[in-house]
Amino acid sequence: MIEVRGVSKRYGEKVAVEDLTFTVQPGVVTGFLGPNGAGKSTTMRLILGLDRPTEGTATVAGRSYADLPAPLHEVGAMLEARAIHTGRSARNHLLALAQTHGIPDRRVDEVLDLVGLTHVARKRVGSFSLGMGQRLGIAAALLGDPHTVILDEPANGLDPEGIRWIRTLLIDLAREGRTVFLSSHLMSEIQQSAEHLIVIGKGRLIEDTTVADFVARASADAPVRVRGADPAALAHALTAAGAAVSLEADGALTVTGLAAEQIGELAAADGLVLHELTPLRVTLEEAFMSRTHEAIEYQPTGVPV
Amino acid sequence: MSALPTAPGAGRLTGSAGATDGIPAASPVTLGRVLRSEWTKLWSLRSTRWSLAVAFLTQAGLGPLFALLEMGRWNQLSLGQRLFFSPIDHSLVGFHFSQLAIGVLGVLIITGEYSTGQIRSTLLAVPRRLPVLWAKLIVFSVVAFLLIFTGALIAFFVSNAIFTEHHVNVGLGAPHAFRAVLGTALYVTGTGMLCTAFGTMLRATAGGISTFVVILFVLPPILLLLPTGTADAINPYLPSVAGGSVGSALLSPHSFSPWGGFALFCGYVIAAILTAAWLLKRRDA
Repeated sequence: MIEVRGVSKRYGEKVAVEDLTFTVQPGVVTGFLGPNGAGKSTTMRLILGLDRPTEGTATVAGRSYADLPAPLHEVGAMLEARAIHTGRSARNHLLALAQTHGIPDRRVDEVLDLVGLTHVARKRVGSFSLGMGQRLGIAAALLGDPHTVILDEPANGLDPEGIRWIRTLLIDLAREGRTVFLSSHLMSEIQQSAEHLIVIGKGRLIEDTTVADFVARASADAPVRVRGADPAALAHALTAAGAAVSLEADGALTVTGLAAEQIGELAAADGLVLHELTPLRVTLEEAFMSRTHEAIEYQPTGVPV
Repeated sequence: MSALPTAPGAGRLTGSAGATDGIPAASPVTLGRVLRSEWTKLWSLRSTRWSLAVAFLTQAGLGPLFALLEMGRWNQLSLGQRLFFSPIDHSLVGFHFSQLAIGVLGVLIITGEYSTGQIRSTLLAVPRRLPVLWAKLIVFSVVAFLLIFTGALIAFFVSNAIFTEHHVNVGLGAPHAFRAVLGTALYVTGTGMLCTAFGTMLRATAGGISTFVVILFVLPPILLLLPTGTADAINPYLPSVAGGSVGSALLSPHSFSPWGGFALFCGYVIAAILTAAWLLKRRDA
């Protein structure tokens, strides 16, 4: 379990993270979403003790990361930024990490096998592709068989097969009772593996909810496409009922603020003929973008007055 | 059992968390284990092995090479040069080069981690941070000392065998001989540790190496531009002068005793290491 309590991080005048509070529970995959620059990586670095919070505390299994006696057994992490010496072989890189915890060499070979890097284990990391580097990062994260897995943008550089592989892996890890926390700036990447969702924008918490709830609310606000015999009268009636209406090039109306059922009943009551009544599906991507966009718009610029 | 079709070794992960056989659930990080890890890191880089090889070969080989040249032109040397010829110092000239190689490597063992991002992996495994610095310093200084000491002994014996040609050779029992051989290894090792401290403070290879070169190679000649009295007063306190005298058989009237100077040099090294440790612990990585 990861607990973040009132964490802020300022670099000089710049606010990276502001008063963040959330809990990441074991047993489910939790997605950590936000646009680029929202503070996801900073938050992860704060949890992992690489950066020191200006205020607040971040703990894993009830302790701050730096106080864990055997951190690799408790937390396996892969950061977005490269974190591997390019002159060393993949195997020696993992070996040096394993030795800090007295983890046996055969576990190194196991994780290499697990991520499919056995055949290049003795090659220098500098010759690796982005995807291979990503797999090596995942191998390092799994080395200590940790209770908690933290991955920053794990799908970066992976091919579709690799993305499928990591999705299955993460779901399995969560099913085993582990805490799985992964960040992404793409909703589509998260929705297929995550059950829980933490969304941040400009360093502040926007949502802490289940993916199902987020989807439900997003669809409730979805616009409806309406075509009728008399668009002007229809638009007038809908606007009067409190909806926002816009006229499309083909003469259809895009209505937001009213559900399709309400629009149909309203039209019937006013005796207006409808030719089409289509609830438009908002993709999660759009819902997420609009939520983070709002959050950004209504926040102060981040510079303390 | 395995739910990962593309991963043949995946069965390993499907045990209960943290309780897989062979990996003790809480096997803590200890200084001994970090030492082992740093040992692996030191030897698993090609650049490290090259630097160590260069340091050893120059320390062992340059003395004898110069010995051959000196003996070849012995009859052309002035009487003064022959009278003050120091078979000890001539055999150990290689330290000028081995010191450079060890100094650069001392910077690289830490800045190489910063430039590649490896430091993040390192600190995730050892989040208390300071054991990393101690382990790096211990592993590196032991390896550097053993290599340079062995190289200096080889240089001493081979050079003095060459010096027998004109009967100016000495043995290891001669006054200052053993102290100079041991002192050379100690001074070069101390230089390496000083450089690791610089590298940790500056977190950049170029900055670390520049600092090292300025302090050890640029300050001494710059000092000569000052008025003689001032230069003589400051000179003994320069790290290269204070530390270097322990590796030389010649005693300068203007400097500290060999071991006294070396003690001052050690003081500089310790001060630099403590500053580096404080910064490493305190700063964001």
